Amino acid sequence: MRAQFVMSEIGVGLRRNLTMTFAVIISVALSLALFGGSLLMSEQVGRMKGFWYDKANVSIYLCNKQDAQEAGEAANSGGGGAGGVATCRKGAVTDEQKKQIESELKAMSLVKSVTYESADEAYKHYQEQYGHTALASSITPDQMQESFRVKLKNPEKYKVVTSAFAGRDGIHTVDDQRQAIDDLFRILNYLNMAAVGIMAIMLIVALLLIVNTVRVSAFSRRRETGIMRLVGASSFYIQVPFIMEAAVAGLIGALFACVMLVSGQYFVIDHGVGLRDKIQLIDFMGWGSVLAKLPYVLFIGLLMPSMAAFIALRKYLKV
Amino acid sequence: MIRFDSVSKSYPKQSRPALREVSLDIAKGEFVFLVGSSGSGKSTFLRLILREERASHGQVHVLGKDLAKLSNWKVPQMRRQLGTVFQDFRLLPNKTVAENVAFAQEVIGKPRGEIRKAVPQVLELVGLGGKEERMPGELSGGEQQRVAIARAFVNRPALLIADEPTGNLDPQTSVGIMKLLDRINRTGTTVIMATHDQQIVDQMRKRVIELEQGRLVRDQSRGVYGYQH
Repeated sequence: MRAQFVMSEIGVGLRRNLTMTFAVIISVALSLALFGGSLLMSEQVGRMKGFWYDKANVSIYLCNKQDAQEAGEAANSGGGGAGGVATCRKGAVTDEQKKQIESELKAMSLVKSVTYESADEAYKHYQEQYGHTALASSITPDQMQESFRVKLKNPEKYKVVTSAFAGRDGIHTVDDQRQAIDDLFRILNYLNMAAVGIMAIMLIVALLLIVNTVRVSAFSRRRETGIMRLVGASSFYIQVPFIMEAAVAGLIGALFACVMLVSGQYFVIDHGVGLRDKIQLIDFMGWGSVLAKLPYVLFIGLLMPSMAAFIALRKYLKV
Repeated sequence: MIRFDSVSKSYPKQSRPALREVSLDIAKGEFVFLVGSSGSGKSTFLRLILREERASHGQVHVLGKDLAKLSNWKVPQMRRQLGTVFQDFRLLPNKTVAENVAFAQEVIGKPRGEIRKAVPQVLELVGLGGKEERMPGELSGGEQQRVAIARAFVNRPALLIADEPTGNLDPQTSVGIMKLLDRINRTGTTVIMATHDQQIVDQMRKRVIELEQGRLVRDQSRGVYGYQH
């Protein structure tokens, strides 16, 4: 096989279909940028999960006098506990119950540490956080609940704690912050799925464009390929220029996608918009993660158009 | 060289078969005219030899190989031993005469040195010496057909298939082309030529095979185009 001959054939083919080639490059670039973007996004979500799960803990809020009063009133009015928490009906939490809960928590192998927060401490924390609001000034320490703050060895298993303590006498609610985080992650997950969906559509568009490009290309060179067939050129030799054309266009598109990903990291996260400095709550990925995705993008950018061209040739090029 | 054993060919969606029970032998070095009216099966006959089509029934042997048993990827190798010439020349308009001929060697991966030697030689043989750098559009029809013959012959095929090579040419030019084909035949190359040109067939006095509605109706050595009615 003469490389120079093949290369010149590819050049001629790409120039002949310049507009089509541009369309292929742009659609491949966009779909692969979305592909890389969604890879990065799911990695970022994973990182955030680890980061926030570690910080979040399970809080077991205990009944105070006010809760007991509300629960009692609700029961007497026959409303079936609508206005209060049923487990608080027997009164505020007792010291005995507290001790029992604490020792049970400490006995659980899942639990890393348990801290007790008294109502006064809770009041202090609340004032620190919301002290400037009107609501905060109307709150008294009596209204605050005592609580146990539990850290787990495996944060994913918070549901075990919830099911063990929820519904017990003296416990108002078991609140795990992970529940809230999970909701957030669910939203991020949907966003990621949407990105993947758009990527899939773009990818289909890119493939259809490639198929069409190959068809036009095969048609405009039917004279050459006809002669090649007659003089006994192998089907591989006849097909290679078409496949290489698609591969070159795909590779250029993939390079654009890489540029988009790298400049996204540079301008949105590190500099420019500078999300890394502005949102310190999120542990953003570094360059290593971005660079690690680029080979995949390039590989798919090379492979996918070649496959599409190969399939299109079976249909449109008689060999 | 070529053997047809009761070969039939029918195309899908056509009730009448294009070839029916055709049996014949063509030996190495023969010059054969293939005659018959349009739709008599001449083209199908040639396409079967080139393995552009497969026989529906019967066996086609070309160069000692049963084409039914030849796997697809071996077909290009087989075609390298065949040269083909058409009525419409089928030259590449954006390549020079020499490039057109060289194309047939480039695409089968011949080394550059060999191409550089073979192309002027074969152009000399077909009488186009000195016109290497001309474009096909600048040549007369007869000269273009000579380029096509040069391209078909440059790989020294054992068999040359010509499908109405003089169909687009005036009688005088046709005579020149026939002389060239005769010369190629004398080098030992088998030539099969489909034609409607009565004058040429009658002059050459070669073997004539006549097809009519897909049937072989005449196989005559040193024959003429048709019986006088």
